[in-house]
Order: sequence, then structure tokens, then C-alpha cells
Amino acid sequence: MEYYLKLPVDSKKIKKLHVGDIVYVTGKIFTARDEAHHIMLKKGKNSLSFDPSEMALYHCGPLMTKTNKGWQVVSAGPTTSSRMEIFEDRFIEKYGINIIIGKGGMGEKTKKALQKYTCVYTSYTGGAGVLAADKVEEVLGVCWLDELGMPEAAWIFKVKEFGPLVVAMDSHGESIYRSE
Amino acid sequence: MDYEDIKKGIIKLIKKAETELPDDVITALKRAYEIEEGVAKTQIDAILKNIDLAKKSKRPMCQDTGIQTFFVEIGVDFPHINKLKELITDAVKKATTEIPLRPNTVDPFTGENHRDNTGEHIPYITWDFAKGSDVQITAFPKGGGSENMSKLGMLKPGVGIEGVKDFVVDEMIKAGGNPCPPTIVGVGIGGGADLALKLGKKSLLRPVGNRHRDKTIAAMEKELIKRINDSGIGPMGLGGRTTVLDVHIEVAHRHPASLPVGIAVQCWADRRANMVIHSDGRWVVK
Repeated sequence: MEYYLKLPVDSKKIKKLHVGDIVYVTGKIFTARDEAHHIMLKKGKNSLSFDPSEMALYHCGPLMTKTNKGWQVVSAGPTTSSRMEIFEDRFIEKYGINIIIGKGGMGEKTKKALQKYTCVYTSYTGGAGVLAADKVEEVLGVCWLDELGMPEAAWIFKVKEFGPLVVAMDSHGESIYRSE
Repeated sequence: MDYEDIKKGIIKLIKKAETELPDDVITALKRAYEIEEGVAKTQIDAILKNIDLAKKSKRPMCQDTGIQTFFVEIGVDFPHINKLKELITDAVKKATTEIPLRPNTVDPFTGENHRDNTGEHIPYITWDFAKGSDVQITAFPKGGGSENMSKLGMLKPGVGIEGVKDFVVDEMIKAGGNPCPPTIVGVGIGGGADLALKLGKKSLLRPVGNRHRDKTIAAMEKELIKRINDSGIGPMGLGGRTTVLDVHIEVAHRHPASLPVGIAVQCWADRRANMVIHSDGRWVVK
């Protein structure tokens, strides 16, 4: 099945998604890799300048450029999600994330959290940075750029029909990835 | 000698590597597109579209523009050997803002970003000498996702060549979708620990589809391609027929007590570009 989803989405819609489905998302997404996960788990939920619960979480360290029109995305494909396995279950719980975009798949802890908190893990084609960049309509902001640097900062994007995303791990405990 | 002009040439070299894939890689990806179906085909389709768009719009195809890595072959009669390292390093700094590249070098302890893609030992340059007065530079920007799947096995010689093959296949199955398959796998066998890894990495410079000149090694490459592809991991680990585009092996003599196997993994964005600098400063990016 193919779905065009407007963010934020409710858990009823998340439950409809199954492994192998194709999804396109429209709305706000934020990037977070290792360092942003680390900071966001330490910080108080109310101290953030954005609300992660209304966005999709994108495992991505984009290549950005600053022009006279502000920040522009040059290339922004997904980064390897398995690095975030060590804290993703706590992250989902704390911020009420229900769509994750990444590549390569995640582990058992995340798989359980996806079921418990009704969340899906979707895969975007690794390395397809230019295709992804062209789906970003606007750069809405950035957090911790000075401390963390360009790849590790949390960037907030407004995207239109971002995808195709393959539902790779669903909220029913299923996974597309070969198990060891 | 116009050093600024040579720097321009090196920036052009980096830009070419970051925005255009070599034909041999594109041919292999197109072949993968033909034999894949379903989700696997959608992945190769996105990859091919992305390659096309990156080339046309002159943007880095992947946001991970890599650790700037160069293989340099210096003709011993080249008159400006002492300037080469500085020229490459300066070109990397300028390329970071001009192309642009993602600032990808961070302090190993604090993670603080150096912001210009240089730092301690980086750009990483391998120097070799050759006859003549030309300098050949290969730019080989190396992404982190595939590099993280590198492996070194100090195997017991008793496991023999079958043990070497099993090690490579097992490690690539364990890597799953992490290194952005379809990948190119470089395997260095023999030498010591560092040489095995170095040979693995250097073997990735060989074009995709080229077999080793030694027939036995060529047959082993073919066998490994088949065995890894039979795993069904597929593009991005989502299942399919193409997990590797190629496997390259290079060998060295080893200590009787050691059987080192170094695995270097390259993502589908197998970025390589070459340039020649002549002794009078003229250069060509190929």
C-alpha cells in the first residue's frame, strides 16, 4: 500500500502501516544523530524551542549552505540508524515520536519500543542526498549548531511528500530486515 | 609554477569525485536495476535518479561527503614534491566552502568540529613513488557508514582459504543494510594487520567489474560475489538480489603464524576521480 501522510499523524494511522508499505510525509521533520539524541535526552522536554511530538524524526546529518536567503539544504540523505539504537527507545518514550526515518534498520530494543508506543521505522534510500534535499521546502530552524557542528545539530525542515519511505519496522512487531 | 592554479585543479578533482560517479559503477547499478523487483528496484531507481540529479546540479550526491582521502603517485622527477601536501590540504579547505562539503572532521575525544575537513592526519594521503615526472592523484572521499563496517580478522592459518572466505561472507551478512548496499567490498589477505586493511582499501580503486589478474584470486572474487548476493540482504538491507556490486581481493605474503584478512567496505557511492599534474604545472582532471 502507498500512503501520503500529513504530519502530525495519530496512532490510528500508524497502526494501519505494515512492513513493505510505501509512505510519503508532508509537514515538519527534525534531524537528530548521536549527539542531538544525547543532548535531547539530558534536557528537559519543555526547554526545547520546538515540539518533536508533532514531527517525524530523521536520522540525518545534512550538508547545508548559508546564502543571503538563509540556510539551504544541499544534500540530506539518511545516516546509519543502528548507531542510535543505544538510546532510541528512551527517545521515543520521552518525545512521543511516531515516525522515524533512517536507513539500515534498528535493533531489538527499538523494535519493542515501536510496538509499545505505536511508532514506525521507515527507510529512505541511503546516499540519495540530492533527491532528499529537493523535497525540503523550507529550513525552519536549527538547534545546537555552534556546539555540535553541521552534521550533529538538530535541523528542522518543512518537507513536501518526503519519500518514498519504506515501512521497514512497524508497530506490530514486524521487520523487513533479515534477522541474525 | 602557478600553485594557485594547481589548487584549483585539486578542487575540481574533489568536486568531480563528489558529484559524478565513475561509469563502471553506474553500469553495475543499471544492471542491478534490471534484475531487481519490488522494493529493491525502488531503491536502485532512487539511487540512479539521485546520481543523475547530482551530476546535473553539481551537488554532492551524498550528504556524507566523507573523509577526504587521496592516493598519490609521485613521479620521482616531479620538481615540486615538497609542495604537494600543502596544496592538497589547502584545496580541501577551500573545497569545503566552495563545493560545498560537509565539515566532517571532529576531535577524536571532544567531537568538536574542525569545520574545514582537515585536522590531525587529515586529509589522509597515501604516497607512492613511480618513474617519470608526473603526479597522479586519485581522490577517494570515504563515507562513515561504510567505513564503520570495516573488519580485521587475524585468522588462524589452519582455517585455510575456506576460512578466509567464510569470514568475509559472515561479516558482510552481519553488516546487513548498514553500509548502504549494494556495496563494493575490498579484501586484503596476508601481510600484517595494517597491510591487510590497506590492501583491502586500495583494491577499491580498481574499477567495478575488473577481475584480479591472477586466475585463482579472480575465481575467489566471483565466488564471494555470489555467496554474499545469495544472502538476499539486498539494496539498503530491504531484501533483494544485489548486496554487492563487486568484491576485490589483493594479497601479500604473510608471516607463517598469521593469516590477516582486512575488509574495507565502500557504499554504492563509490566516489573516485583522477588527475595528473605535469612537471610544468599543467594539470588534467579525468
